[in-house]
Amino acid sequence: MSASPGRPGGPLDQEGRPGLPGPSGPRRSDGPSALGSTLVALVSTVVFFGVVGWIVVTSPGWPAVQQSFFSGEVLASSFPSIVRSFWVNVQLFLIAEVLILVLGLVVAVFRSLPGPVFFPVRMLTTAYVDIFRAVPGVLVIYILGFGIPGLGLPGIPVEPFFYAVVALTLVYSAYVSEVYRAGIESVHPSQEAAARSLGLSRLQALRHVILPQAVRRVIPPLLNDFIGLQKDTVLVSYIGVVEIFRQSYIKQAGNFNFTPYIVTALVFIAVTIPLARLTDWLIARDKGRQAAGGVR
Amino acid sequence: MSLTGRALVIEGLHKSFGKLSVLRGIDLAVAEHEVICLIGASGSGKSTLLRCINLIEPVDAGRIFVEGEEITARGVDVNRIRRRIGIVFQAFNLFPHMSVLDNVTLGPRKALRMRPLEAEERGRTLLRRFGLEEKALDFPDRLSGGQQQRVAIVRALAMEPDLLLLDEVTSALDPELVAEVLNVIRELASGGMTMLIATHEMGFARDIADRVCFLDAGRILEEGPPERIFGAPREERTQQFLRRIVEAGRL
Repeated sequence: MSASPGRPGGPLDQEGRPGLPGPSGPRRSDGPSALGSTLVALVSTVVFFGVVGWIVVTSPGWPAVQQSFFSGEVLASSFPSIVRSFWVNVQLFLIAEVLILVLGLVVAVFRSLPGPVFFPVRMLTTAYVDIFRAVPGVLVIYILGFGIPGLGLPGIPVEPFFYAVVALTLVYSAYVSEVYRAGIESVHPSQEAAARSLGLSRLQALRHVILPQAVRRVIPPLLNDFIGLQKDTVLVSYIGVVEIFRQSYIKQAGNFNFTPYIVTALVFIAVTIPLARLTDWLIARDKGRQAAGGVR
Repeated sequence: MSLTGRALVIEGLHKSFGKLSVLRGIDLAVAEHEVICLIGASGSGKSTLLRCINLIEPVDAGRIFVEGEEITARGVDVNRIRRRIGIVFQAFNLFPHMSVLDNVTLGPRKALRMRPLEAEERGRTLLRRFGLEEKALDFPDRLSGGQQQRVAIVRALAMEPDLLLLDEVTSALDPELVAEVLNVIRELASGGMTMLIATHEMGFARDIADRVCFLDAGRILEEGPPERIFGAPREERTQQFLRRIVEAGRL
């Protein structure tokens, strides 16, 4: 590029911009102060969103969009029933998450069993993980939710909520088992050697030495999958569970207005963002801990 | 070779990893209270030999007896055997998620099914004996390398083993931390612990060993009392090895 670095008050460079202060220019402080950075961030944020907002509200279709998506009247009338139906989603993801954490761990442990004796176990669990990660979740929900009750077998549940929990558990356990497995494999084999050398059985070594370290390492990705699960609870509306998404659809259809969807989006944001921040915090804490552990 | 009165007898031990033959016919008998130092270049098979005795590595051929019982026999309960044989590793291998005391008591609690209070008392007594009492509730990463290795030794001792295997336990330590660990081993030797020690610390081996075995290419090429092995080695390979050690200033 330009052979001579620009100097203060010097000539313009090839593109016509004023030259930047070079090494011989007046010395500036090392960087903006913390307060200065905050101010810059604040101003740039306000300017950015101000401009975007201005573009949106001055667009020709804005009054119509505002009426369809941001109607205060519809918001007030749909808010209570939407939040109430979110309770169904909360039950779904809480029950499913507990089952997922257990089933995922069992699958991961089965897949990690060594030796030829356990080949059938490894094969079955591998097939399970492959299949349930391949099939889109909404299809699993459809197939289980309509298929199994459709068999008409006596004594099997008919409530869609039951199949919603089963389907979400099966889909997410496949993912979560892989997270656990990565954690198990990240524990150095010398840890197992040390445990076994004390005379602990393979199961005891797993229970007391391998798993506690493995699970601790994968808490952030587990939380990440938990957030995914929360959002995917809306998929079960397809088999007739009246949860938040179904409820907002009903409200939308009743009012010919999309504001209920915005309400639903806000509810998910309100629940998910704290969890996302918690995940970030846990990752940062782990990093700090590892760094501390690296110092002798 | 008589099995009685022997803490450990090894006959014709072979071990390969794939095509790499690491142990090629090891014969060794260790009397009770005897301290044996294994010396030899890296890759000569010292660590593998210790790992085979602890049954961490399955052996390909040959037999190992501990206190007269063949531990390489088919159908033997490896967990029961390992409880009788302690091993300390070069890299400590402490459990990072447990306090020092939990590290030490895990074996007694889980493998020996000892009551927690009893295990804790045994652990604290041992920690006190080796000057680690104040570290009992610390986590391993808060300790110096020398302290960690002493904890690892205490962890092995908490099982009250018949035989202790030490695998280059000072090789991962800063020079100034080596002495504190060697002193612990000296104390164990004077207390009559039967030990098999793989080491690069030749001065230490000369001091502590009842017998020194020089391993070369998976065989015990020469063995004898330390004065003879270090003073007048017969085999050319032993002489070469010791010359290199002297040149490196390690003896």
